[in-house]
Amino acid sequence: MSFIIYMSNYIIPFTFFYIVGLGLLSKTPIYDEFIKGAKDGFKVVLDIMPTLIGLMVAIGVLRASGALDLLSRLLEPITDPLHFPSELLPVVLVKMFSSSAATSLLLDIFKEYGPDSYLGRLVSIILSSTETIFYTMAVYFMAAGVKKTRYTLIGALFTTLVSTIASVVITNLVF
Amino acid sequence: MLSYLWGFMIIIGIIVSLFNGNIGEVGNAAINSSKEAVTLCIAMVGIMAMWTGMMQIAKKSGLVASFTKTLRPVIALLFPDLPKNHIVNEYIASNMIANILGLGWAATPMGLMAMRELKKLNNNSDLASCDMCTFLIVNISSLQLIPVNIIAYRSQYGSVNPADIIMAGIVATCISTIAGVIFATVARKIVNHKRK
Repeated sequence: MSFIIYMSNYIIPFTFFYIVGLGLLSKTPIYDEFIKGAKDGFKVVLDIMPTLIGLMVAIGVLRASGALDLLSRLLEPITDPLHFPSELLPVVLVKMFSSSAATSLLLDIFKEYGPDSYLGRLVSIILSSTETIFYTMAVYFMAAGVKKTRYTLIGALFTTLVSTIASVVITNLVF
Repeated sequence: MLSYLWGFMIIIGIIVSLFNGNIGEVGNAAINSSKEAVTLCIAMVGIMAMWTGMMQIAKKSGLVASFTKTLRPVIALLFPDLPKNHIVNEYIASNMIANILGLGWAATPMGLMAMRELKKLNNNSDLASCDMCTFLIVNISSLQLIPVNIIAYRSQYGSVNPADIIMAGIVATCISTIAGVIFATVARKIVNHKRK
């Protein structure tokens, strides 16, 4: 399974090669466009900065007080029979409501266990393969003025469950 | 919604620390976490700007438009009831491509326009159409191929090879998207069957 790690190393350079190569071939002023696009990156980060400060403070308080340890010990009876780490259940649940709150929990896991630990890798893969269910549904259905959402929620919960199980299996196989 | 979640986290944290007798650490943690969030964002600006810069080139050179065109047969397969050549196909394809390329903020406006068009096609009913359900389920199954944010966080927290999770993430994302597509297709069949 190590080819999966091996291939990961190629993806970013390959993407850049493709984009830059095609840009040159199509005679796009690529450097000027890069500079223009890079400015958007500042805006994206600036937009999430206040949220991230607020949520990292809250998670920091929870971690320092011992509440997070308490929570994961309380969750052990549920997660142990499922062979799922109790530290990560809050991340999965919170991600359904708020992406930035889940990010703050991810960073807390990185701090406590390291990004290259089993938990660090698993949480990275879980968060990169799930979306915020309730937030997305609220924004999209509200914009369209739709009240009865039918089977959307069940379907969304189903995909989240599948991606979480898939993440655990893949992490166990690859790393 | 988030007001309760956030407020709850701080209140619970302080109450638990009173029981554990480590209230001093809680104050320090709050101060340090706020500083850390800013340090993290500064590190993230670099990676994010690199990515959005590259994507701007992809947009200008016509790469994104050609990807969007490639997606058309997939859209036709996922949304069999949509009129061909309707503008909504364009919106859905653009939204999906933006999500795949990790441009979430660019995806949302396209997605909202798609939803409004879908509502018109659904006789302005306040009951969601099968197309809306499919669109959102596939969206929520996560389409993003390269998790730029997560790579940035991993790098900031000292990962030896922050990108080594990309391929595993892609496999997980594909599996959940396939599951979402199967779910939406079966649900549509059941709905159509009941109608008959």
